[in-house]
Amino acid sequence: MSTIVSLPDQATAKLPHKSYLNEEYGLKSWLLTGDHKRIAILYLISITFFFVIGGVLAGLIRLELLTPPADLMSTDTYNKVFSMHGIIMIFLFLVPSVPATIGNFLIPLMVGARDLAFPKINLLSWYLYVIGGIFILSAMVLGGVDTGWTFTTPLSTHYLNTHVVTAAMGIFVAGFSSILTGLNFIVTIHRMRCPGMTWFRLPLFVWGHYATSIIMILGTPVLAITLVLVALERTINIGVFDPTKGGDPLLFQHLFWFYSHPAVYIMILPGMAVISEVISTFSRKRVFGYTAVAFSSVAIAVFGFLVWEHHMFIMGVSQYSALVFSLLTMLVAVPSAIKIFNWSMTLYQGSITFETPMLYAFGFIGLFTIGGLTGIFLATLGMDVHLTETYFIVAHFHFVMVGGMLMAYLAGVHFWWPKMTGRMYPEAISKLSAIVTFIGFIVTFFPQFLLGYLGMPRRYAAYPADFQVLNVFSTAGASILGIGYLMPMLYLPWSLIYGKIAGNNPWQATGLEWQIQSPPLTENYVEIPIMDHEAYDYEWLANKTVHEVQTVG
Amino acid sequence: MSEKNDPEHQEQHIVGPKVYLLVFLALMVLTATTTGVAFIDLGVFNPIIALAIACVKASLVVLFFMHIHYSSRLLKMTVLAGLFTFLLLITLTMTDYISRAWGMW
Repeated sequence: MSTIVSLPDQATAKLPHKSYLNEEYGLKSWLLTGDHKRIAILYLISITFFFVIGGVLAGLIRLELLTPPADLMSTDTYNKVFSMHGIIMIFLFLVPSVPATIGNFLIPLMVGARDLAFPKINLLSWYLYVIGGIFILSAMVLGGVDTGWTFTTPLSTHYLNTHVVTAAMGIFVAGFSSILTGLNFIVTIHRMRCPGMTWFRLPLFVWGHYATSIIMILGTPVLAITLVLVALERTINIGVFDPTKGGDPLLFQHLFWFYSHPAVYIMILPGMAVISEVISTFSRKRVFGYTAVAFSSVAIAVFGFLVWEHHMFIMGVSQYSALVFSLLTMLVAVPSAIKIFNWSMTLYQGSITFETPMLYAFGFIGLFTIGGLTGIFLATLGMDVHLTETYFIVAHFHFVMVGGMLMAYLAGVHFWWPKMTGRMYPEAISKLSAIVTFIGFIVTFFPQFLLGYLGMPRRYAAYPADFQVLNVFSTAGASILGIGYLMPMLYLPWSLIYGKIAGNNPWQATGLEWQIQSPPLTENYVEIPIMDHEAYDYEWLANKTVHEVQTVG
Repeated sequence: MSEKNDPEHQEQHIVGPKVYLLVFLALMVLTATTTGVAFIDLGVFNPIIALAIACVKASLVVLFFMHIHYSSRLLKMTVLAGLFTFLLLITLTMTDYISRAWGMW
């Protein structure tokens, strides 16, 4: 099988003498750093930690559902386990996953800057994330919270005696971390592009993160204030959501989903941003319809704010309003489809090679398409009544979030691993892990579509015996999926020491970040680069070295 | 790159104490008006007037105390984006509240 990977001669190759990794040593140099690359690594470690916890909880859920009765844990514990799984995976893993790690690392490199606009705010956002994480972990350790990740009122405000306020405060604090990251990205992309880097020469990765940052800044404050209202209603009984005091429980749903639906796009847009880079690099072609893909990111960010009521169709909202929201929800399919079709057109007649990031990217395209199209089912008013609050919806959003975003995240981690660490991951086993993840994913979540269609409700520990076969499939798939995720967690650290030296540009990619040493210097660029070509210009790359004088020593 | 676009050398508009004082006085007068109007029964117009005055006050704070009046068009647009999102929240939520009871009598 052909490959485009070009590594330096391993006998003589060495890691660069000086890089951001060895500029300074010691814990203090990491915890007080202003370097966006080091903060990205801090984020990488912390989100992996939370991913493991969330993943173990997911394993417990699947184990419980292996048999029809609630036998592994009590039903109360089950409620707490799935609530914690949701809260940790969404707020502590998916929302910061690509933006705070890969985005943090790459956006300054891609726009040709030495750091983000506000390095100290960047560090602050990591600390806020950790503080939020500690709040959420304490809620779990102190006895858990069983509202589900949606904090539905009046359940969360009146009927539960668990640690709702602690968990809500954790999300509140972690929310500010995400706002600060978004702010940093927007200012950096506006003000710190290098000479010649016009908006339409930016890599699509940057466009995707720009759109994400807009949602982070405009949406997250609404969630923060909503959770404060829940906490106030619990503690001092103000009557915003309580009907006996003139409030309206549906108001909570409006406010919560006003953030939490766009939050889905916070999670998926950076994933799409990664896929644009990967698809282009491994098909050796400029992304088809660059402008359309760039604007579709922004369109998704804008439309994302207009569709939230589709989470509420069965909650007694106005049917006329529901009609409008159903139509608007269908509209989001348009920019998403623009992306999928443009990536497919990029592949058309490209010189495709099947490196690990590309395998993950293929996984993304397939799984995200299924996840997105089942979203259309759910946007349809009549269909939604039957399918919502069943396993169909669980399968739908796991296809988008896990099949889409997690695949894209792993594609990104593998793609930029050589840039982050200077070393290659082991090729054969990583391809195996991409395939195992894909198979495990399909076996886990495809049966859930069937279960949901047959009427198995979500969030119950017990189910009728008729559903057992499909549930056994799903649990078996989850164990395969677990192995798929465990493999990168083992071989990536291994590669830090034993991996092959990657050199500056192992993929022969065109991005500015690939033209400098791996791992980069603390200041990224010795001289601020001048962008004199379009993004994804492979001819420029091919001609670049022709007249270059290669001196040694 | 012209000096105006360079963040390091951005032209700083210096606002004199007179402007601050005038805005402060306007805010005080409007606060007094809000309080005064609250004692008159205008039916449905009471909350409308109170909210209208509050909007004027917020605009004064944003425009002068937060310097948006003197800022670049990009910053003005950024502020308007926040306002626009807020209006989306209100308007689209109201589509539910206004029409919820239609056809139910």
